[in-house]
Order: sequence, then C-alpha cells, then structure tokens
Amino acid sequence: MTAATDPIISIDHVSHYFGSGRLRKQVLYEVSARVDPGEVVILMGPSGSGKTTLLTLIGALRSTQEGSLRLLGEEMYKARKSQLVRLRRNIGYIFQAHNLLNALTARQNVQMSLDLHPNLTAKEKKTRSLEMLEAVGLLDWANYYPQELSGGQKQRVAIARALVSSPRVVLADEPTAALDKQSGRDVVEIMQRLARQRGSAVLLVTHDNRILDVADRILQMEDGRLSTVQREEVIA
Amino acid sequence: MIFAIPLAWLQLIREKVRLLVALAGIGFAVILMFIQLGFRDALFDSSVRLHQALEGDIFMMSPQSTALIALDSFSRRRLLQAEGVPGVESVTPIYISFALWKNPADRSTRSIQVMGYDPSQSIVSKDLLPDSEALKLRDYVLFDRDSRPEFGPVAELFEEKGYVTTEVAGRRVTVGGLFNLGASFGADGNLVTSDINFLRMFDRDPGLIDMGMIRLDPGANVDKAIALMRKDIQDPNGDVLVLSKDEFIAFERDYWQNSTAIGFIFNLGAGIGWIVGMVIVYQILYTDVADHLAEYATLKAMGYRNRYLLSVVFQEAVVLSILGFIPAFFLCIGLYQATENATSLPLQMTQERGTFVFCLTMAMCVISGAIAVRKVQEADPADIF
Repeated sequence: MTAATDPIISIDHVSHYFGSGRLRKQVLYEVSARVDPGEVVILMGPSGSGKTTLLTLIGALRSTQEGSLRLLGEEMYKARKSQLVRLRRNIGYIFQAHNLLNALTARQNVQMSLDLHPNLTAKEKKTRSLEMLEAVGLLDWANYYPQELSGGQKQRVAIARALVSSPRVVLADEPTAALDKQSGRDVVEIMQRLARQRGSAVLLVTHDNRILDVADRILQMEDGRLSTVQREEVIA
Repeated sequence: MIFAIPLAWLQLIREKVRLLVALAGIGFAVILMFIQLGFRDALFDSSVRLHQALEGDIFMMSPQSTALIALDSFSRRRLLQAEGVPGVESVTPIYISFALWKNPADRSTRSIQVMGYDPSQSIVSKDLLPDSEALKLRDYVLFDRDSRPEFGPVAELFEEKGYVTTEVAGRRVTVGGLFNLGASFGADGNLVTSDINFLRMFDRDPGLIDMGMIRLDPGANVDKAIALMRKDIQDPNGDVLVLSKDEFIAFERDYWQNSTAIGFIFNLGAGIGWIVGMVIVYQILYTDVADHLAEYATLKAMGYRNRYLLSVVFQEAVVLSILGFIPAFFLCIGLYQATENATSLPLQMTQERGTFVFCLTMAMCVISGAIAVRKVQEADPADIF
C-alpha cells in the first residue's frame, strides 16, 4: 500500500527569489516539508515570512525556481505552463477575500469549479453544487448573489466552491481573517469536517490563534525558513 | 463545456445600467453608419432615377457629357443614323436643360430641370407619366409632383384648378399635368414638355440634342445592336457614345461616386461612426474586464485556461453587437421613412446595407474585444493570495 502513504505534497529544498539582477531577493531558503492525505496542516508565521509565496508555489500559481516540489506525484520544477493549469484543477482554493463571481449566484459560483470537469451532466453538476451548499448550511441561500450574503456566508460559499469537486488538496490563505470569532470558527470547522470526509489534505495559512486546534500539525515559517512546532507550544 | 454557466451573458446582464449605456453607444454608432451609408446610396440612387425611368434599351450621348447635370449636346443626325441599324424600333431625341422656374405662390425663382421630347412617343412608363396629351399644346408643361417643395404647391394648385400658370426661363407656361419622378441630387425638380415647346423656351439649334433614346424590336439582340452602332456610328465619327441601359446608369452613378466628394464624405462619416462605436465598446469591455480582474484571476487559479477568459470577453463583444444592432436597425427604418418624407430622396432599408452594417458592427465589437482582452492577461492568479 505505498499509494496511501505517498505524500500529497512533498517539498524538497525549495528556494524562491523575487526580482532579478541586483534587486534579486531570496524569499524562501531550502524549504522542505510534506503533507499526507487527510492531514490538516497549519502554516504560521509573521507577514513577509514567505508563507503566501510557498502557498502559491504549491498551488501551481508560480513556477518552482529551485528544488523539487511534487504535487500529487507530479514534479512541478520546470513544469510546463499547461501542466500547471491542469494541476490547479485538483486543488481547492480558499482565499482571504472570498473572490466569488459577483454576477453569479451562490449555486452558480460553486458550479463554476465543476464546469472544469466535463464528464458531468448539467443536472449532476447542479445537484452536486446544491448538496455542497447544504453541507455548508447555505441551501436556502443558493439563489442569492454574493453581495446579498454576509461575510461568513460568502466564505462558506467559497469553501463549497473549493471542495465541491473533491480536490485532493485544499489550500487556504487566512480564510478567517475577515470574519468574526464565531463565523471564523464555523468556517474552519466546516472546512476540517468536509476535508476529512473526502480525504483531502488541507494546508492552511493563518495568524489566527483561535483556530489552531483543528490542525494535525503546525509549521512555522520565519524569514523564508520552515520549522515544525508543537501545537501545545503555540496554543499555550 | 456545453452545459457550462454562460458567464459572459450573466456578467453583462448583472450590470444593467452599464449594459444599457453600452447598447445606447453601439446603437448610436449603428445609426450613424446607417444614416451615412443610407444618404450616400440615396444620393446615388436619386441621381439615376431618371435613367432608370427611361424606357429605352440603348442610349446615346456626347462623349463630352459627364453627368445629367453636365450634358453636352451632339448632332441629331447620329441618332437618326441609328434608326437604320437592324433591330431598332424607334429613336427618341431628348433635350435636357436647366431653367429658372418661378414659384407660382411666392414668385421666387429656382433652377429646375426641363426635358423636351416628342410627346407622340412615350419615354417613361405610364405609371410615372400617365398623360402627355397636354404637351401638344403651345407652352404647356408637365410638373414633377415629387419635386422639392420650394417650387411651390404646384400639385395642389393643379388639382384644385386643373391648370397652373407661371414662368419658366422668362416665358409664360401652363402646367397641364403632373408626373412622378422625384428630386435628385443634381436636380431639385423636373419639368417635361414637348420638343417644340422646349425649343421655344430655350433658343437652341434643333439639330443638337442632349440625349438619344433607342428602342429595339421585341426579341432583338441588344449586344449585337450596340456593337453594330459602335462600329458604324461611334467609332468612325467619335462624337457620340453608345451605351446600354445598365452602362448608362453606371456612367451616371460613377460620376457621383468618383468625380464628386459625396462618396468620400459619406464613407468618412460612416467610418467615424464605426470608430466611435469601437471606442465605446472598447471602453465598456475594458472597464468590465478591469472590474472582474480579481474574479478572472480566481478562475485562473481554479484551473481555467486563458482561452476561456478570452472567450468570455469575445462572447460579451458579440452579444453587445447583436443586442445593440437590433433596436438601432428598427429605429433606422423609421428614420429613413422620416428622411424620405422630408427630402424626397429615395431612402430605404435594403437587405444589402443591413447585412453590411451588421458585419461592420460585429467587426467593431470583436476588434474592441481583441484590444480589451489584453487586459485579461494581466489577471495573475499568484496576486490574489
């Protein structure tokens, strides 16, 4: 059973630079880490420490410049752009801002990520989108537009959108930053529960101490270098 | 992705005010193009109205003539020579000149086109000129009821009294009937009279005519007759030009199209309308893309290809062009009608022009789309984290 123990994300001595020439600045220093299926990993660190850069590298939004980064067994170092775009389809993204499409209803927003999987019929896509909205407790709001929803509701729609296609990896960048304590808590719990059900790995970037207890592991990033910390240390 | 969500359409109708502004802008451009091209064609059509009405198969004119308003005369003998060509049924000499017409109501004068021919022969169809009997009388003329209104309420006066008297070229004449031809760009109004009356009005040599109309026997070969006339009359003498009816019409149209500024002016007007429309559509699409940049970046992050986003912008462009065109098209039909009533120019919506302007509109929107999509490339998914 090697497949089950293969990591979903494996990062090996990845370094990253911004700018070029004399302005070239290194932001990641030989980062190594792994995330296994079904794991919830939190990535912490002060702003500017490079955690978002790492997230965009894992999310196939940037090309890996140095080191080896494997997502779902595929090497992303020197990967072609079309390969990156295809890999993105296996990732569920949750952004700090909800980034929903304003012209679409909650249900249509969720369905947008199913449209990338052409083997479904229109009806199946609709049903699955509604099921997903039900799972985040927004079935009654399916036909509302984003601007008619509260911040927490929007973030829950974004979670539904990220998870509806059952991605193997969920990447979230401070999903609770714009939310109050209770809705932040709800959002994270929904995310954790659904990810567990579907066996997706979750990598979550946050500053929010209130939600650290959902994590299986916590990684700490500082000045572009990664270290593992004990959860108890941080919570204490 | 046949069952995919129609994002382009949903984005367009989400911003209703912007959509309306866009449609108004496109509609404006469409109307501008229709009006300019319509006027251009109307002027060209009006300039050949007489040519089309004349019921001849072959026409003869002086090679010095450039247009109906600039006719040079030629010897009537040439036309009579044509009578001898096999297949010719009859020839009709036509005199054409301009004279000052005195408005019977307010005594103001205005230049009018006068045509003289032998009234025992008909030169145009009965629908246009039902009765030429009056022309047999001395100093009687027929008046074109579709002449511009500045010539006075001649048709009304005639229908009231049965005749109208006024002066043409300083000579007292009586309007003994009406016909329908219509104003052209060159002539604001028309009179016809007999050749004898014409010569009384204008002190001219009767042997010099302005235009010759030749009718062939039914079933005679037009091309053959023309070839023969060119060989026997046109080529050896060099003082006449033999033209088929189509060539005759094309000759006149060509003058207005290429020897005057009209074609250029109206094409320029239409071109400006097109550019204005393009700028409007570009602005709308650009703003739309700029507003949705974060959303587009999100879609890219989700794994949508650039191609999908480009197609969204192009779909929006095509939808805009169709939605903008339809109301403007119907508005233009009404505008054409109103203009036709006001100017006596033949202005109708033709399928050709409709198709042409629709293609221009489509091109306008797609080109704007092509410029606006460059902005989509800026949507970088790495920026939205």
